[in-house]
Amino acid sequence: MNSFKKFIFQLQEITNLIISAFLGVFKKPHYLVDLIRQMDIIGVGSLPIVLLTGFFTGGVLILQTYPTFQYYSIQSTVGRTVATSLIRELGPVLTALMVSGRIGSAISAELGSMVVSQQIDAMRALGTDPMRKLVAPRLLALIFMLPFLTVAADIFGIIGGGLVATGIFNMDYNAYITSVRSGISTADIIGGIVKPLVFGLIIGSISCYKGLTTEGGTVGVGRSTTNSVVLASIWVIIFDFFLSRAINTVLDIKYI
Amino acid sequence: MLPQTDAETVSTDENLEQELEPTDLEDAVDEPERVTPAIEFRDVHLSFDDKKVLDNVSFIVRRGETKIILGRSGGGKSTTIRLILGLLKPDSGQILIDGEDITGYSEVKMMDVRKKIGMVFQEGALFDSLSVYDNVAYRLHEQGKPKEEVEHEVQRMLQFVDLEDAIDKMPAELSGGMLRRVGIARALVGDPSIVLFDEPTAGLDPPTARTICELAIKLRDIQDVSSIFVTHELKNIEYLSSEFAVVDENGQVVFEMEGEKMCLINTEIVMLKQGKIIFTGKNEEFFGSDDPYIKKFVRGR
Ligand SMILES: Nc1ncnc2c1ncn2[C@@H]1O[C@H](COP(=O)(O)OP(=O)(O)OP(=O)(O)O)[C@@H](O)[C@H]1O
Ligand SMILES: [Mg+2]
Repeated sequence: MNSFKKFIFQLQEITNLIISAFLGVFKKPHYLVDLIRQMDIIGVGSLPIVLLTGFFTGGVLILQTYPTFQYYSIQSTVGRTVATSLIRELGPVLTALMVSGRIGSAISAELGSMVVSQQIDAMRALGTDPMRKLVAPRLLALIFMLPFLTVAADIFGIIGGGLVATGIFNMDYNAYITSVRSGISTADIIGGIVKPLVFGLIIGSISCYKGLTTEGGTVGVGRSTTNSVVLASIWVIIFDFFLSRAINTVLDIKYI
Repeated sequence: MLPQTDAETVSTDENLEQELEPTDLEDAVDEPERVTPAIEFRDVHLSFDDKKVLDNVSFIVRRGETKIILGRSGGGKSTTIRLILGLLKPDSGQILIDGEDITGYSEVKMMDVRKKIGMVFQEGALFDSLSVYDNVAYRLHEQGKPKEEVEHEVQRMLQFVDLEDAIDKMPAELSGGMLRRVGIARALVGDPSIVLFDEPTAGLDPPTARTICELAIKLRDIQDVSSIFVTHELKNIEYLSSEFAVVDENGQVVFEMEGEKMCLINTEIVMLKQGKIIFTGKNEEFFGSDDPYIKKFVRGR
């Protein structure tokens, strides 16, 4: 019962954090510079690892599925499989996991050490609301950049898959492209954008919350960093399931 | 529930006047705003878990007065200061800033109150991602002041604490005493009417410590700033409670000893012992006190 209470309490706190961060966006002063800096760190900074992840995931998908498809003589549809699984699932989830590892941990470590060195108190004492100065730019930047990163991962995954299909299995280049095209539907693309928006919110709010509630010196910073990555990753995966179900229902996607 | 409704109503002018009425009517005729204390604690209690940190603490800091808060380590001095800034909320009791009851204030409302308070943190608490310049300029940047004005003010403040050379350094490159002095410069930017010093001289050499005391004296006597000065060092008490600053014929600030001219120095000592106030008064009374705890504090054994 006690841990359930704690869970509800944290959920409430995180909701409050999200609300006050968003409400603060409309008040002066606007922290536009901070937002742009965070978008640079989160978006541009994460691009290399996200592209690499996408590229090799696409590649390995073809590597593992092509022989089976060939056995059933449906190898011409292999591009479609890669495109669908990347855009619907692997792109959003893997990108979110990479970003939560790279950015989520950095956010809670930074905010956590600001808490233990009293910089957050100093900021409040100087009349700045940390929700607006620190939380809002990080949250917005994550929500805004994650869809772009996801799309980039999707594209590089398809390219990676294409290189493996044409390079290793000697598949015809045009046949691969045609197959990929037949696998992409508008509904998939919408789903592939909605998911990262939600994942960005999850990663941002959990890592900011964990960072700002750090207690117990440097050891505490380590603890809240680990917690924020673990929690954000788990919630991304849990939400992915329910989001997939919801998107499929709303957009009427058939399971084929 | 109750304190919150209190807080909402107290800020209106009517209530302010009500509070003024009973006391010091003669002074009130001349300068009504001087009667309202800059800081007032009324029966403040605060516990962390089971530990009582402040127990029924009441005191007043008048306009232009410096209160020296003394107490052993862990005695609740920093906690008192954090309460004034609203970084912590008391379990019970009221805290008033310029007559405004801030006890129930939300974080958003508190921001306006904090604008008139400068705080020097015990550990410096500089923003380590910002340079010395940006740290000192922080408040002005937040207020969107024009660049020239910010530059001028930062230069002036850094000159004040004798750190013009460090302007482009990052906090990680500074010594402990330099960090503290940057912290002081940052707190004083924007001329706050209340300044809170949390052990500003700890770990500094005697001349630098003296400079910081002179600074506090100047703020008190020339700029009419109300302040709280937390310290362990008896030397600081001596400076603050026996000297005063005046501007001489040449426009220079000079420090004179009490007694050279008729003067009542506007400084009092408050002694905390395990969360309770055990002494309030002038320095002579303090050093002449018979209380064994105070004697031990003064002599160290
Ligand atoms: N966030 C907190 N959680 C729990 N206990 C705390 C917290 N902050 C302070 N305390 C406790 O409150 C007491 C008073 O602390 P405070 O920092 O006010 O002491 P102090 O008088 O400033 O001491 P020093 O001279 O060493 O700075 C201490 O016993 C401390 O352990
Ligand atoms: Mg202290």
